[in-house]
Amino acid sequence: MNVRPAAARVTWLVGAAAFVIFACALALLIGPTSIDRTSILLEALDAVLPVEIDSGLNDRQASIVRTLRLPRVALGLLVGAALSTAGATFQGVFRNPLADPYLLGVAAGGGFGATIAFVYNLGDGRGFLDMVQIFAFIGALTAVGLTWTMGVLGDRTRSASSLILAGVAVASFFTAMQTYLQQANTDDIRQVYSWFLGGLNTSGWVEVTQLLPFVIVGVVVLVLASRSLDVLAVGDDEATMLGLSVGRTRIVLVVVASLLTASAVAVSGLISFVGLIIPHTVRLLFGSSYRIVVPLSVAVGAGFLVLCDLIARTALSPAELPIGVVTAFFGAPFFVVILRTAAAR
Amino acid sequence: MTAVSIHDVSVHVKNATLLNGVSVDVAAGEWLSIIGPNGAGKSTLLRSIAGVLACTGTVEIDGTPIANLSPRQRAGLVSWVPQTPTIPMGMNVLDYVLLGRTPHLHPLSSPGKNDIDLARRVIDELDLTGLTDRLVETLSGGERQRVVIGRALVQESPVILLDEPTSALDLGHQQEVLQLLDRLRSTGGRTIISTMHDLTLAGQFADRLVLLAAGEIAAIGPASTVLTSELIETHYRASVNVTTVDGAVLVVPRIHQPDSSATKEP
Repeated sequence: MNVRPAAARVTWLVGAAAFVIFACALALLIGPTSIDRTSILLEALDAVLPVEIDSGLNDRQASIVRTLRLPRVALGLLVGAALSTAGATFQGVFRNPLADPYLLGVAAGGGFGATIAFVYNLGDGRGFLDMVQIFAFIGALTAVGLTWTMGVLGDRTRSASSLILAGVAVASFFTAMQTYLQQANTDDIRQVYSWFLGGLNTSGWVEVTQLLPFVIVGVVVLVLASRSLDVLAVGDDEATMLGLSVGRTRIVLVVVASLLTASAVAVSGLISFVGLIIPHTVRLLFGSSYRIVVPLSVAVGAGFLVLCDLIARTALSPAELPIGVVTAFFGAPFFVVILRTAAAR
Repeated sequence: MTAVSIHDVSVHVKNATLLNGVSVDVAAGEWLSIIGPNGAGKSTLLRSIAGVLACTGTVEIDGTPIANLSPRQRAGLVSWVPQTPTIPMGMNVLDYVLLGRTPHLHPLSSPGKNDIDLARRVIDELDLTGLTDRLVETLSGGERQRVVIGRALVQESPVILLDEPTSALDLGHQQEVLQLLDRLRSTGGRTIISTMHDLTLAGQFADRLVLLAAGEIAAIGPASTVLTSELIETHYRASVNVTTVDGAVLVVPRIHQPDSSATKEP
């Protein structure tokens, strides 16, 4: 490719932003209640921009846009951005194309936490500081903490492979505990099952405001630190000789990416595939430098999840399809197409 | 002035001793070449100086033990050209060379115009101009080797360590790269420590040679005293003729002619 990353990045970021805006507009326009399209967009702009815009919608219609569709789109953006940015970071930190945000046990830990909350009827996963969310968050971070402790105890060099192996062990352990709890309390199995497939259920703006600070801080740090992932790509020894504190960089990136993933998992359950496939799609289309992959993954992941959620809530309307089903059903074939096109180039 | 001081450096791995009590001082602006047969400990010594291998004894750069330096401080003083570098997928030559600027950049910032200008200058000097936008993984072995040297040069460290820097280069590029390093040394005052397989080239460019054998220093000094047929025959188990042409010490392998009295075909 004959373009400098700096120049190319601007063009591609503009394109990615256009994709995000298109996905958001589409998701706002389509829903069970038919409302004038221009008015929906005007109402959304009125809500988002600091200027007064008269959309001409009545109170009920305006409320549908403002408290149902808009927060859901916003949550899709945040969760999609969080998962794909964390996924890109994990792939770089571990130099492993199969790494995803759940690599170090976030999913198993979060699942265990959420199952406890469901089984003991502590919450339903919605609303402000709901116990399912809090337990999932704590469970996810506990699992990553255990993985890190075991990985470092087992190997003083803190090599990537010992962490991955520790992650496998911790994930299996938490999955076993979760399955035990679930089998002992089969009454709650449907709730647990649905949580595991993920979903962007909102109650107004509560979930969005809870998640927003995590995503802003996490995404900004990971985008700024993306160059260190390029340095890590030459291996631990050479990266050290280039002046990178490999151990410290790895722990900072893993902690930030794990917090980002845990906060997303807490509000949306386990949405699979996004964190694995979006960074690869970006890499195949735009190049492998993490200074391109990480920022573009933010945008493409955000737009992709908003589109998937649109399908999830319209395909079987009025019933909702779990979003994890959509991300895999449409994401997998799409990824194969991209893979084949890139291989043919 | 001493740039690099290596004192009593040993490396033990499990039951094997890879290096045993190696001590040598390298002056600022000097070119020291480490030679020796396979398994003598050349790369091990270089990796110990680079600080990527745990060793006993001390390695000091400009009077500071490298063990006391952070990776960033150390990278400001020493750059390293590994023998088999890890080539990242999907990175172009310019971005790869710019990795060398890491110790000069804030951890959260990107290379600026000055960094890019410097990288382009080094790329020109290494005869890689047309390859700036090519992916490193698509380059030939010799081109890659020069790109890795480029990465070390933009690091602008006073000490450069090179592990077999010319092993993949053709004769012309060997000469070019070594002359460039020699220029940096004489005009920029850089100190160079390299391992070399080609004894003649090692002798031509280095001020002093260290002959390592079984992890210990067998001989040290200018080419004329180290590249002797006795030393080479003892430690390399090779039979060679050593001659001098225009002041350069030439090491030429001796080919054994088949005995003329041996059976001939009728």
